[in-house]
Amino acid sequence: MASYTNYVMAQSLEEAYALNQKKSAVIVAGNMWLRMCGLRRQTAIDLSKLGLDAIEETQDAFIVGSMTSLRALETHEALNRETGGAFREALAPIVGTQFRRTATVGGSVYARFGFSDVSALLLALDAQVELYKRGVVPLEEYQRETWDRDILTHVRIPKGRRAGIASVRLSKTDFPVLVCAASTDGETLRLVMGARPARAMVVADGLRLTADLQDWEALAGSVPLGTNLRASEAYRRKIAPVLMQRAVQACLGGNEDDH
Amino acid sequence: MTIEFTLNGRPVTAQAHPADSLYDVLRALNIASVKCGCETTNCGLCTVHLNGKAVLSCSVPAPRVAGHEVVTLEGLQQEALALGACLADEGAEQCGFCAPGLMMNVLALARENPAATDAQIDAYLAGNLCRCTGYMSQRRAIRRYLDSLEVRA
Repeated sequence: MASYTNYVMAQSLEEAYALNQKKSAVIVAGNMWLRMCGLRRQTAIDLSKLGLDAIEETQDAFIVGSMTSLRALETHEALNRETGGAFREALAPIVGTQFRRTATVGGSVYARFGFSDVSALLLALDAQVELYKRGVVPLEEYQRETWDRDILTHVRIPKGRRAGIASVRLSKTDFPVLVCAASTDGETLRLVMGARPARAMVVADGLRLTADLQDWEALAGSVPLGTNLRASEAYRRKIAPVLMQRAVQACLGGNEDDH
Repeated sequence: MTIEFTLNGRPVTAQAHPADSLYDVLRALNIASVKCGCETTNCGLCTVHLNGKAVLSCSVPAPRVAGHEVVTLEGLQQEALALGACLADEGAEQCGFCAPGLMMNVLALARENPAATDAQIDAYLAGNLCRCTGYMSQRRAIRRYLDSLEVRA
């Protein structure tokens, strides 16, 4: 059971940031995972009153507030139009509609969950994160870092890329055993593998659509994979090239039987 | 801490610990329809409507509910009766433990997408687990319930 001495509804980012500089503080986002961690903390900091739950479309990006729900991303028309329905495809398998209505994109991205479908897709789309003090950082860089005490305020999803995602799950709505996300700008491909079971990572970028799409086995062979309760490394190795191929097919224009 | 919110149309004042969830608060208020079936945020049994949207009350921090509207099955008796009759008629009720959470999500679906196809019903309700049935009887019952709304509309 989690235990907090104080629960603070932050009134400003500055207040949230100041409170969060103490190791005895924790930020509460969707509280889907956090509630199960049984943390004992002095101060829980709530960001829900800071207007961070909007998706703003600019000329070249979607600026997504960190408290935006996965359900909002899944059902956002313009975002799905831009990415070839990738958010719908990627997020629908996550637990259930009620869960996705309060799970937040910021919670997923900050935590760098190894099992995250969300991080895999955002990495494939070459997203950036916006931190209160540090500013804009590529997600690819942020994804490799340890948890810091800055505050993730927005995720920026650049326009101009379609994406596709493919995963294997032991049962529907469960965590993925392995997930592959692919995106294309029309000329080159970017491939991400997640639930390896470690954090999602970019495994290839700038692959030419015509020349480089031959040897999935070789490409998958270079991805660091491991063993956990859900599957062995050998099993992941076996399915990795297939998922890559399916994700690429999905991002290049749809393959209906990939899930 | 003290939390004031609207529960089933009435203003309530509840006492909560800072790490309590909405689920804890509702149980303390003797709301018996809301249950915890998994402790891992995925079974759907604790589903309630928060500002009209179905959410898992086990993961909503209690302090976040202050000033908002919460509706449980206790507050939707008329609709619950009609949907419950459909579930009973199709033999969908076995142990019944998951029924309130399922019904809350079906009622949310009925508002959001009353003309849902079977595939849309399945996708919408994927987060409501039932360990007695194979979901087929529920789907027939939900189909019947949604169709009955259409007839009335």
